[in-house]
Amino acid sequence: MQKFILKRLLTAIPVLLMISIAAYMMVNLTPGNPAELFVTPDATPEQIAATERALGLDQPVPIQYVRWLGRALTLDFGNSFSTRYPVLPILVSRLVPTVVLMGSTLLFSYIVAIPLGIISARKQGSWVDNLLTSGSFIGVSIPNFFLGLGLIYIFAVRLGWFPTGGMTELGGDGGFFEVLRHLVLPVVVLSAFYIANMARYMRSTMIQVYGENYMRTATAKGLATKTILTKHGLRNAMIPVITIIGTDLPRLVGGAIVTEQIFQWPGLGRLTITAIQQRDYPILMAVTMLSAVVVLVANLLVDITYAVVDPRIKYN
Amino acid sequence: MDNTNVLEVKDLAISFKTFEGKVQAVRGVNFELKKGETLAIVGESGSGKSVSTKAVNRLLPEKNSIIESGQILFEDKDLLTISDKEMQKIRGNDIAMIFQDPMTSLNPTMQVGRQIAEPMMKHQGLTKEESTQKAIELMKLVGIKNPQQTHKHYPHQFSGGMRQRGMIAISLACEPKILIADEPTTALDVTIQAQILNLMNDLKKDLDTSIIFITHDLGVVAQMADRVAVMYAGQIVEIGTADEIFYNPMHPYTWGLLASMPTLDIHQTDLYNIPGSPPNLLHPPEGDAFAPRNEFALAIDFEKEPEMFKVTDTHYAKTWLLHPEAPSVTPPAEVVRRKQKYERLYAEKKNERHVGGEVVGSRG
Repeated sequence: MQKFILKRLLTAIPVLLMISIAAYMMVNLTPGNPAELFVTPDATPEQIAATERALGLDQPVPIQYVRWLGRALTLDFGNSFSTRYPVLPILVSRLVPTVVLMGSTLLFSYIVAIPLGIISARKQGSWVDNLLTSGSFIGVSIPNFFLGLGLIYIFAVRLGWFPTGGMTELGGDGGFFEVLRHLVLPVVVLSAFYIANMARYMRSTMIQVYGENYMRTATAKGLATKTILTKHGLRNAMIPVITIIGTDLPRLVGGAIVTEQIFQWPGLGRLTITAIQQRDYPILMAVTMLSAVVVLVANLLVDITYAVVDPRIKYN
Repeated sequence: MDNTNVLEVKDLAISFKTFEGKVQAVRGVNFELKKGETLAIVGESGSGKSVSTKAVNRLLPEKNSIIESGQILFEDKDLLTISDKEMQKIRGNDIAMIFQDPMTSLNPTMQVGRQIAEPMMKHQGLTKEESTQKAIELMKLVGIKNPQQTHKHYPHQFSGGMRQRGMIAISLACEPKILIADEPTTALDVTIQAQILNLMNDLKKDLDTSIIFITHDLGVVAQMADRVAVMYAGQIVEIGTADEIFYNPMHPYTWGLLASMPTLDIHQTDLYNIPGSPPNLLHPPEGDAFAPRNEFALAIDFEKEPEMFKVTDTHYAKTWLLHPEAPSVTPPAEVVRRKQKYERLYAEKKNERHVGGEVVGSRG
């Protein structure tokens, strides 16, 4: 197993390198010159050229890339074009709110969706099941911005139960309950999709598992209904569920761009949107590389968990 | 074997809801199982043999199966009416099952030893350690090598035959009074099949368990059964001791089954086959369900369902041919040969009392 993990980590290096090259090309292919956004509209070509030199944009792209790579290897992602501050501290300060938001969303979604899916599978074809199935259809289909604005209107504007946005009050202490109050609406909005998605997978997986012969064996042994579900059903249903969790994990850092915008959440999503608008290449590169690392780590975690859950899976 | 009944199935009728309508899978089945005996239920696919026995352990899908009528009596209780909790106490404890497909009947994510230990923890209140010890003993009993190590293995590390031995160990864990084996050897190689059958025979002798053995393989029946019930289209058409069914069959369907069984002692060119196919149980035919395929069918067969005619105290058959006014017919040559063999055997048995009761079967 250790050998497998080491191998996977080593193969991640060329993958990350390829991603960085592709990302660097794409970022530089975007129309618009960052230097022009730095100066007033009446700036002379000389002034623009001087800004380009200052930002290092006068060099050919491959040379820019190699320079960027050399610094990135020491975790120095340069300075933001727009704020002139170092990228890494900005990134970290934005990462925390996003992880808080998406972490709560995923946790909440799974806690709700997994029992829902199991109940739905147990009572297949009943009104409970039909309600859940149509409910999850709505959950997957409804756009975040629509649901978000709707909830803000009802619960923030009309009823005033929750704030309209942000993560803390202006001048607040940023304590647990303050953040929690701000979390409720965006988490509900984001969860609509994740609950619906996971509940549907859990339902179909459990229906399949309940049809397996070993479940019949468990019944024939005289085990209680609950034991059959927990000891024989769930573990076998976990494999597809882990796959879904694995694809959800990378969204911990990049899953809430629209919702963060709606709720003015000070996270990575909003940072990314602003960076794109401002052609802030260093920020964009850092965000892209972070996402790439998270995807690779999530995949590795999924593969390791497979082996833990299913004794038939062995890595050599 | 003594004569007390451990299980009585009375007038059992089961249907399944389908999109096309109700399929009457079991249509009035009666049989009893005596202590320590092996009752084989034979019949082609869809004859209702699996369904009737699954009903005994209440393993039919709740959603689309309907028990239309009947009683299943076990220790003065009707298994069809007791609560789920009571049924759980009987399943795996008093009545255990072995299934057809050993490859998928074990939980792939649980150690085999634990799967064997589970019913003992549930029914006998053993601790984890005690049940593991007993599981290891059981694995040794059913011939799984190295149980000290292999009890920690997972099913995928076992071969098909070993998995079926594991299933047998599970079913024997609580020394059940009744063991229902639903085609336990169908998915196995012939050599493994023989080992499993021998194992079951040995265990039956040691534990005095009654066995219901479901199969469509008459060779297996000859090797295992004390009594045989022949099922056709959801009904038992003939029931008797193994000798009676093999050497003195009365029902034309049983004749067909026996005649279509390949034997080693004659050089057959063509194997006999029963023409046609079983009736659609969405709309069971009037009269005898076998009549359209029966070359010996009488006019009345198409109008009125025959009753169970008594041949001997142990032997009954559901055919109008046994009616006193029925014309006498000559069964297929193979069956006549068997009857003659039976008469010789019976005469011998009368002379040598000590042979009595031994099942003599021909192996397919």
